[in-house]
Amino acid sequence: MSAADRIARALFGFYMVAFFLYLFAPLAIMGIATFNTTRFPTVTPWRGTTLQWFDALWSDGGMWQSLWTSFFVAFFVVITVLPIGTAAALVLTSLHARARSFMYAVMVSPLLTPGVVIGIATLVLWRQLGVGGGVFLIVVAQASFIICYVMLMITARLQRFDPTQEEAALGLGASKFMVFRRVLLPFLKPALIAAGFLAVLQSIENYNTTLFVRGFDTPLTVYIATKVRTGLTPAVNALALIMIAITVFGAIAYEIARRRGAARMATD
Amino acid sequence: MSELYRRFGGGLGTVFLALVGVWLAGMVLAPNVMMIDYALRPNLPPSQIGGPNDVYSLDNILYLANEGVHRAIFFKTVWASALVAFVTFLVCYPMAFWLAQHATVNQTAVVLLALTIPFWINEVLRTLAWYILLAFRGPLNAFLLSLGIIDEPVRWYGDGGVLAGMTYAYILFMLFPIYNAIESLDKSQIEAARDLGASTWRIHWRVVIPHAKAGIATGCVFTFMLAAGSYVAPALLGAPGSRWFTEIIYNWFFEGGDWNRGAAYALVLLVLCLAVVLVTLRIARVSLTEVAK
Repeated sequence: MSAADRIARALFGFYMVAFFLYLFAPLAIMGIATFNTTRFPTVTPWRGTTLQWFDALWSDGGMWQSLWTSFFVAFFVVITVLPIGTAAALVLTSLHARARSFMYAVMVSPLLTPGVVIGIATLVLWRQLGVGGGVFLIVVAQASFIICYVMLMITARLQRFDPTQEEAALGLGASKFMVFRRVLLPFLKPALIAAGFLAVLQSIENYNTTLFVRGFDTPLTVYIATKVRTGLTPAVNALALIMIAITVFGAIAYEIARRRGAARMATD
Repeated sequence: MSELYRRFGGGLGTVFLALVGVWLAGMVLAPNVMMIDYALRPNLPPSQIGGPNDVYSLDNILYLANEGVHRAIFFKTVWASALVAFVTFLVCYPMAFWLAQHATVNQTAVVLLALTIPFWINEVLRTLAWYILLAFRGPLNAFLLSLGIIDEPVRWYGDGGVLAGMTYAYILFMLFPIYNAIESLDKSQIEAARDLGASTWRIHWRVVIPHAKAGIATGCVFTFMLAAGSYVAPALLGAPGSRWFTEIIYNWFFEGGDWNRGAAYALVLLVLCLAVVLVTLRIARVSLTEVAK
């Protein structure tokens, strides 16, 4: 191995360490700060180890209220975006080439629009109709771009659909509605579940759009951001730590399932 | 259209078209049209709305052009967002290349999964993590002081903090498109270049980057758009001297009470982002179909 190769290898090793440190050190520090007794979340200085901030989180009524608001919004977002996103994918795939690429550009345009602009545009339209900010507008504004994700996921799944299945069902005397319900929808089910899951996450994590249309309602992200102004305590870190823990367990479970699946494929 | 009706019949076909119409006309087109309407009208007391003064003009947009502080913040947001995109690219490219060309299947799976962990928790908490890390009496300063790299604590909040927090928040939007693009590059092309005597640097510049152009353009475009439209990172990690254009817009709505001017500023932001997206994609010869994979 030449000297240049050794230097390149060392540089790459350094980069890998730095990359993962950059990725995980902020989260680790945020999590560890939960157990420090200082009022402002930090790990330096370490004043003493405590679990008091979990109690503080548990008794933080505003936080639970905001979490409930976020779930409430997410529920209505999901039942809005799944039908519309599926309809959009079906309309899109039934168009011919030229019209399809135009329609595609129109349908992905909300993804290329900054979140604050989506919030503002929704807010001014509905003020004109006499509706102010609040849970309803949060659902409308979030749905307007989350539909794009659903549309893309359903379109991807539809590309693997074998139309002869539909023809066979029609040939056997099924109505067009029955074919949709009994053939196409079951085929789309995995994509619908994945899209619903993504929609919930997108809805709960959204801040930029929600901020403008929230009115006097306070979803979780807004509540946390407000806490920074009004007095941040490690109770927020306790919440973050719980969310990180759920994510890590979810990720590990997913990886184990994937490896088992891969092993089964190999033995078959 | 006829294909839709042929496949699903009149009833279902009409329902699908109606749903798509509600979305595109009611939730995408109408709000944006109303925002343009607001942007072009003056801010009047309710009694004068519809009166002789309620006429279309470019006053609100010209106000931005003539107001020195806001104009400076606008241009600063543009170049700072471009810088965020560039730095995010530098951070992600080696990792994307390694994942796509050198890592084993299991390594790739584990790393990609690990990468998504910070992204399952939301952008506000990600930014909060940086807020805690960069605090004046926070861990980063304490660490650097203990190593003797700095003699007194550094005020990280400001441009540096915003850059670090945004780069962090958008890593995934850059890494995945580049990874997907490099993955389709045949290893034999890199080996051929090496056998012909090309240096590592030259292989990347002349073989890998041109091949991954579409993915790089996609990643940069998304990162730029997200950075320019971000509110939480500048609000938490910024300082009074590092205000972001979205903060000015927010103030017009909820502190200045001039929605018309706020809508005009939002319109400028939208036009900027769409222009950057479309021009970049045109230059890189990427179609929109490839962007949203």
